[in-house]
Amino acid sequence: MTRLLGWVRGLAPTLVALVMALLITGVFILIIGEDPLAALGALFDFGDSPTAQANSIGVWINRATPLFLAGLAVSICFRMGLFNIGVEGQYRMATVVAAGVGAAIVLPAPLHILVIVVVAMAAGAAYAAIPAVLKTTRGVSEVISTIMLNSIAVGLAAWLVRSPFADPDLGSGETAATREIDESGQFPGLNDLFGALGLEEPRRPVHGFVVVAIVVGVIIAVVLSRSRFGFELRASGLNAMAAAANGISSRAMVIKAMLLSGALAGLVGLPDLLGSAHRFQSDSFVAGYGFTGIAVALLGRNRPGGIALAALLFAFLDRAGPRLQSEGIPPAAVTIMQGIVVLSVLIVDEVARRRLRRREERRARAEDPTTRSEEVAS
Amino acid sequence: MTENSAPVIELAGITKRFPGVVANSDVHLEVRHGEVHAVVGENGAGKSTLMKILYGMYQPDEGSISVDGRAVEFGNPKDAIAAGIGMVHQHFMLADNFTVLENIVLGAEPTTGLRLDFRAARRKITEISDRYGLGLRPDRLVEELSVADRQRIEIAKVLYRGARVLILDEPTAVLVPQEVDALFANLAELRSAGLSVIFISHKLDEVRQVADRITVIRRGSTVATVEPRATTSRELAELMVGSELPTPETTESTVTDVVELAVAGLGISADDGPSLLSDITFDVRQGEIVGFAGVEGNGQSELVEAIMGLRKPDTGTVVLGADDMTLWPAQDRRAAGIGFIPEDRHRQALLLDAPLWENRLLGWHVKPPAGGRYWISPRLARQEAAAIMADYDVRAPGPETLADALSGGNQQKFVIGREMSTKLRVLVAAHPTRGVDVGAQAAIWDRLREARAAGLATVLVSADLEELLGLSDTLYVLFRGRIVAKLDPSEVTPKVLGGYMTGAVTQDGEVGAQDGEVEG
Ligand SMILES: Nc1ncnc2c1ncn2[C@@H]1O[C@H](COP(=O)(O)OP(=O)(O)OP(=O)(O)O)[C@@H](O)[C@H]1O
Ligand SMILES: [Mg+2]
Repeated sequence: MTRLLGWVRGLAPTLVALVMALLITGVFILIIGEDPLAALGALFDFGDSPTAQANSIGVWINRATPLFLAGLAVSICFRMGLFNIGVEGQYRMATVVAAGVGAAIVLPAPLHILVIVVVAMAAGAAYAAIPAVLKTTRGVSEVISTIMLNSIAVGLAAWLVRSPFADPDLGSGETAATREIDESGQFPGLNDLFGALGLEEPRRPVHGFVVVAIVVGVIIAVVLSRSRFGFELRASGLNAMAAAANGISSRAMVIKAMLLSGALAGLVGLPDLLGSAHRFQSDSFVAGYGFTGIAVALLGRNRPGGIALAALLFAFLDRAGPRLQSEGIPPAAVTIMQGIVVLSVLIVDEVARRRLRRREERRARAEDPTTRSEEVAS
Repeated sequence: MTENSAPVIELAGITKRFPGVVANSDVHLEVRHGEVHAVVGENGAGKSTLMKILYGMYQPDEGSISVDGRAVEFGNPKDAIAAGIGMVHQHFMLADNFTVLENIVLGAEPTTGLRLDFRAARRKITEISDRYGLGLRPDRLVEELSVADRQRIEIAKVLYRGARVLILDEPTAVLVPQEVDALFANLAELRSAGLSVIFISHKLDEVRQVADRITVIRRGSTVATVEPRATTSRELAELMVGSELPTPETTESTVTDVVELAVAGLGISADDGPSLLSDITFDVRQGEIVGFAGVEGNGQSELVEAIMGLRKPDTGTVVLGADDMTLWPAQDRRAAGIGFIPEDRHRQALLLDAPLWENRLLGWHVKPPAGGRYWISPRLARQEAAAIMADYDVRAPGPETLADALSGGNQQKFVIGREMSTKLRVLVAAHPTRGVDVGAQAAIWDRLREARAAGLATVLVSADLEELLGLSDTLYVLFRGRIVAKLDPSEVTPKVLGGYMTGAVTQDGEVGAQDGEVEG
């Protein structure tokens, strides 16, 4: 009960921040000479026909899933004060390798998918191991190395898809891509579920991988709050020196955190790969989740539940992009609004924390000075 | 100068409440011009809180502050500094990789126009340093300096900002006796220049030696202001606690023949200059407390870190029972039953922004029941934290309280309780009673003796000679990284010990030798 209350109280500042962000974006839209109310309408417009609405919901889910996974990946490192800017490169590498390996093998359905997932996580972790090793052995800042590795990943993935993993059946004029993953390695969509719930079926596949993402989120939440690793991560983040003095090796923690972060990053590209693309192609690969993931992790305050809400919010705004455009509002407005949301949440959060502290002090003042005065009397 | 009739500081009826705690209730304090005014009281009595109120860091819920007879209100430390009040905190707040000059100037940057005027700053600092005998070298990096030097920087920092009233919160807790004398000489200079000093300490002899008047705080309220000449330390302690102090029990030796910790030929070389540790050899048997005396910076920290596995020795071995653990990582040593009370609780022993129950797990999070190889149990950790709070008289609202909200002495008591409430084989304790009040000190000493009687092997590093002489079964003196003397604590006097510590005396009886040959 008190926990629920705490949750609500924790959420209140975020809601305030959201309203603030809406207002500021509204002012921005006024300035560029458009109608903020129309924009607001577009934001919540899921379409007229049932099919359009189902489509909208599908797009929302498809967008939120990778954002959630990316936010989760970033947050692991954030917890101990590490900045893994490299989720972007890690998931690109992981996706191309998983696509290549997945197309090369044929296995019974669940096993095939499992292998692809494991390969993707391993590839992501391996790519994240590079900055981890550089940091622990050479003291290279992970911010710099991961940014560099992001650029390298673009080139490396382009090469992989052209040479070792290339689909030999493609004509010379066609864009390079990996071979299509066999049907056994394709993740079933949620489209049927829509029907079962009495909704229209969306026209495009709704990625079933969201279920995996939710399970992963729950596991990570438990690991962070209940496991030895979660405690060590938190202790290292709060006071690295005290953690070290008490036997928590900061090197080991840097490596563990980066590997886990990389492994999670490896999942980011899978909803799309397993759910609809079934192959890796440089041009149609959706980039940018790694960077947006940073904002999502910030907004979700490094907690899995928060990150889920943040991912839903970001995806909700992204989804509205095309509709806003049809209202004459540049799609950049969505990006701006996302930025404002993060900023205002951080600011409101800080203000709220101070106010909470003051209120606690006031409450203590109002209460009878019991704790101490009794002791004095004795 | 100001008129000397009104007291420079007058605090009247100050009350301050925190969630679940009344830190100050109706406190009165009056400080005169040119006086050293001591404030004493138990851990958590509210001394630091009162000082933070005077320094503008907290606002009182009730009561008034006047400076030179004028009522003032401080919204933040800036206001207090403007009124001529400066504070040196219980836990220092210097930036390690800045120079002395930069640290002093930080936050009060001298400007001519828009540019920093370091020339003028340097001149002013040299002037302050000379006038009060602080002996500062403006271009040294702070990280290279000893604790006593850092403290003088903090004092200079405050004087630089024009303070007429200096608040020193437990300045002597971190100093060895020689350094304390030097500090008191500095305070005398300040006093004769007409400045006032408010001085907090748990060492009552020291308080009586340096203070002109003493105010006693008990459980948040002032109980008396007394003259040091008319009061004994014992009377002071009883005023603080509100009851008579127990007399410390005499103890007989409990030393057994079983060697629990054996350190042999330990050496750590420095990147440049002389070795940090060389050829350290000693045994600690079950039921024995082995003390290490020495002026801070003579190898104590390195020795402790080498035993705990936080620093790799270049030569030598550390053996626990029958196991050579020289190559063991720190975690395995803790798991094998080595307790650790580090010298700097804020940096090494606590997660200040975490609740007490999480702090309970620190260092022991792999140890069941609350900890474990893979999982921790927050529920059990909460229970254990509550038990420690009860057993070690840690005064705080509960296990959910952030460590940061505890008074310095209560933080220390919690750390001691955490380490000692596990079944230990060896305890490595650095300054275990630093910052705790006389009552708690006696209680901790009793705990250490009890554990010793139960067979614990203890390595004790302390700057408090009374503690070293009173607890140790064997006493070594560290000087420039070597053991220069092995002494019997029942026969040695603090004066002789001080001689060894400063290198003035060696065990061969030579006077003034640099590296006395080692015995035993
Ligand atoms: N920021 C804070 N939030 C909540 N409680 C606090 C805070 N600061 C101090 N307290 C509480 O107020 C009381 C007085 O603390 P204070 O630090 O003034 O004690 P002290 O006399 O300086 O003790 P010590 O000798 O141990 O340093 C303690 O019970 C402490 O837990
Ligand atoms: Mg204090």
